[in-house]
Amino acid sequence: MREAIKKNAMKKALTGLNVLDLTSSATGMLQTKALAEHGATVVWVESRAHLSLPRVSAPFSDNIVNENRAGLVCQYGGPTYSLGLNITHPEASDVKRRLAAWADIIVEGQRPGVMKNWGLDYDSVCKLNPNVIMLSVSLEGQTGPRSRAPGWGIGTKGLQGQVYFTGWPDRPGVGTPTTYPDMSTPFLSVTILLAALDYKRRTGKGQYIDMSQFETSLHFIPSWQMMDYFVNGRTGKAQGNRSPYAAPHGAFRCQGDDRWCAIAVSNDKEWQALCRVMGNPAWTRESRFSTFMGRKENEDELERMVETWTINLTAEEAMTRLQEAGVPAGVVQNSEDLLDKDPQIKHRRFYQKMSRPLMENKYHTGWPFILSETPYVMRPSPLVGEHTELVCRELLGMSDSEVCKLMVAGALELPVLK
Amino acid sequence: MTESLLSPYRVLDLTDETGHYAGKLLGDLGADVIKVERPEGDPARDIGPFFKDIPHPEKSLSWATNNTSKRGITLDIETADGQQIFKKLVQRSDFVIESFAPGYMDGLGLGYKDLKKLNPRIIVTSITPFGQSGPYSHHKATDLTSMAMGGLMFITGDADRPPIRTTIPQAGLLGSAHATTGTMIAHYYRELTGEGQHVDVSIQEAVARILFMEPMFWDFDHYLVQRYGPQIHRGKIFQTETWPCKDGQVTWRLFTGVFGKRTQSLVDWMNEEGMAGALKEVKDWEQVNFSKVTQEQSDAWETAIGEFFKKHTMKELQKEAQKRFIFLAPCYTPKEIAEDEQIASRDYWVQVEHPEWGASVTYPGAPVKMNLTPWKIYRRAPLIGEHNVEVYKGELGLSDSDLVMLKQAKII
Repeated sequence: MREAIKKNAMKKALTGLNVLDLTSSATGMLQTKALAEHGATVVWVESRAHLSLPRVSAPFSDNIVNENRAGLVCQYGGPTYSLGLNITHPEASDVKRRLAAWADIIVEGQRPGVMKNWGLDYDSVCKLNPNVIMLSVSLEGQTGPRSRAPGWGIGTKGLQGQVYFTGWPDRPGVGTPTTYPDMSTPFLSVTILLAALDYKRRTGKGQYIDMSQFETSLHFIPSWQMMDYFVNGRTGKAQGNRSPYAAPHGAFRCQGDDRWCAIAVSNDKEWQALCRVMGNPAWTRESRFSTFMGRKENEDELERMVETWTINLTAEEAMTRLQEAGVPAGVVQNSEDLLDKDPQIKHRRFYQKMSRPLMENKYHTGWPFILSETPYVMRPSPLVGEHTELVCRELLGMSDSEVCKLMVAGALELPVLK
Repeated sequence: MTESLLSPYRVLDLTDETGHYAGKLLGDLGADVIKVERPEGDPARDIGPFFKDIPHPEKSLSWATNNTSKRGITLDIETADGQQIFKKLVQRSDFVIESFAPGYMDGLGLGYKDLKKLNPRIIVTSITPFGQSGPYSHHKATDLTSMAMGGLMFITGDADRPPIRTTIPQAGLLGSAHATTGTMIAHYYRELTGEGQHVDVSIQEAVARILFMEPMFWDFDHYLVQRYGPQIHRGKIFQTETWPCKDGQVTWRLFTGVFGKRTQSLVDWMNEEGMAGALKEVKDWEQVNFSKVTQEQSDAWETAIGEFFKKHTMKELQKEAQKRFIFLAPCYTPKEIAEDEQIASRDYWVQVEHPEWGASVTYPGAPVKMNLTPWKIYRRAPLIGEHNVEVYKGELGLSDSDLVMLKQAKII
């Protein structure tokens, strides 16, 4: 696969596909990053008058707070063309019309109603571009009593049950400290956009896609737990690391500061392998641990005993020894492990160091899928407004004088390097 | 029949529970997905919960949820006859999705290179814990170890206890979602060029893709984000994100600067109830420079906010937040999700008939709404070998006696 990346660096799956990105969130960026890094031409409309959250969030390179130094673009940004356009500017309408006519796909993530104010809602765009595919991503959908309610990804994490289902049984849930639905839902929308493109290729028809992140995220959590509720009346509960199918099943403390190895033993064979790796200590032969039911019943004690073995090893040693014996085990990796140490991640080049002005030699995050013939190609994300002239002249066919006029008026913006 | 998004295409789905969701997604978009199970049925059918708590391979709710819109056949691809049948199916298919250990399909003569010779258009998508090659590619993994290796577990949980995963397994679902994205990108290219390809998915990376700014904090500042329970670490201080309220929990975070107005809205409401406490000292939340806020100051504000939340129920807080434009949301349990008026108003829930269970069951519905080609559950998950006759006899032209012989030889 690695060879494939080198060999086919120039062959791209989505060459010729025009995408207009009117989002201003990490979710929106992830969607168009996926398309751009597989060859699509993506125009991302940005303005210093209303910068998106990823442009103003820490960390910043050299600790200088500036929209072109914000590190989140390394995680979410791709080789899109940044068009500096203040979309609410009265003289922006011609550029907006040209953009609407140019795009095969429009992705927007504004609060329901905003696109209409901009004159870029689906009906208006269809008049300029009848078979466009348009995707609206919102927290709770375009319709319904809460469609215009304020919110953000952290809130959706609460709604979808992520907080409820992540925690210890004797404490309130904590959830995962990421905006989980923001990161889990974009891949569904990219899948559906590409399916809609295929439908358009066959039938000539574009369409409108209304994505509620709340609804999409229910496919992840609670997923079948909802069926358990509807059918069996059970709400379920966060269980720490416990699983009804396995014991031991948890994170075990290892040598060092906050180092852990996750171990999951699902059957007798794996249990015997674990005992062997631990050197068959006497406690493993006690009858209370010899059966699965016994191990489940005495799980607290079981976990304590397993930890007496892991605590003398590094997490890597524990993982390696267990894997050699066929026991599923993995280091509880932190960001340093992921970026600098994990040889598997390095092998697949999931994080790649790249540079652009104001952002020297920073890791950028890739994709969990590698296509053998048209692998993704990472490039740094743009400066705010970096491609204003290129987009206007070459993609939208505007004349020099038109571009100049709009720059003077303040509708178009150029990047500011500082 | 009206044409659906993916109706012209056929998918052979050989995945275990880590990959079920990929085929479901394509099936619910209209593709003809054939789930290929071993003759005794997919072992994942033994994973609960079960319909009415009856453990039975055709009553698993987790299996039912992520195998909708699929037909089902049984086939032992480790037998020579099974391989021959599988190859015939590949010649009539557009996609193969599998989740075997790397090299397993090659060992059977059914790897991408072999299948490509039979059908150059075929797209083979492999969903594995670490990808097809590399030092960990043969490591065994479960949801727990994938969440650990992908970096999500380290930042999740309370500081005084071990790192934790989300109780409902996520790694396979995340890997599956990425698998369909990669598959559809490959499909777009195939329809232009006629060329198929192999899509290599790493579940570890799918988990790592969920991370927020943690990797960048390490790269930019050599700062290691750890786990802080209901709090997050922002700048130099800890802020609470998940709060207890009268009857559950809500999410809310104090913002200043451009989002300062949102904080002001909450403070105004607290003030009306005489509970603004330490928050009253701030006149304009937009003017507060968060990087100058001390932990002590933040804690004093949060104490007042915490007391206010504890006085109100999730419903009260949600209703008022909506009215006052406050970024607050309740932390739902399945019961509250089931009763939520927003998704009900959008007809989210879908009823699926299960005649064998004598029941109509409520399923999570469309991940998106589409105006021309609505997402849909085309059929309930298949029973074991439910479509053997339809596929083997109807499409491959095997005879009744062939089917009997194959069944007796445990090939189907």
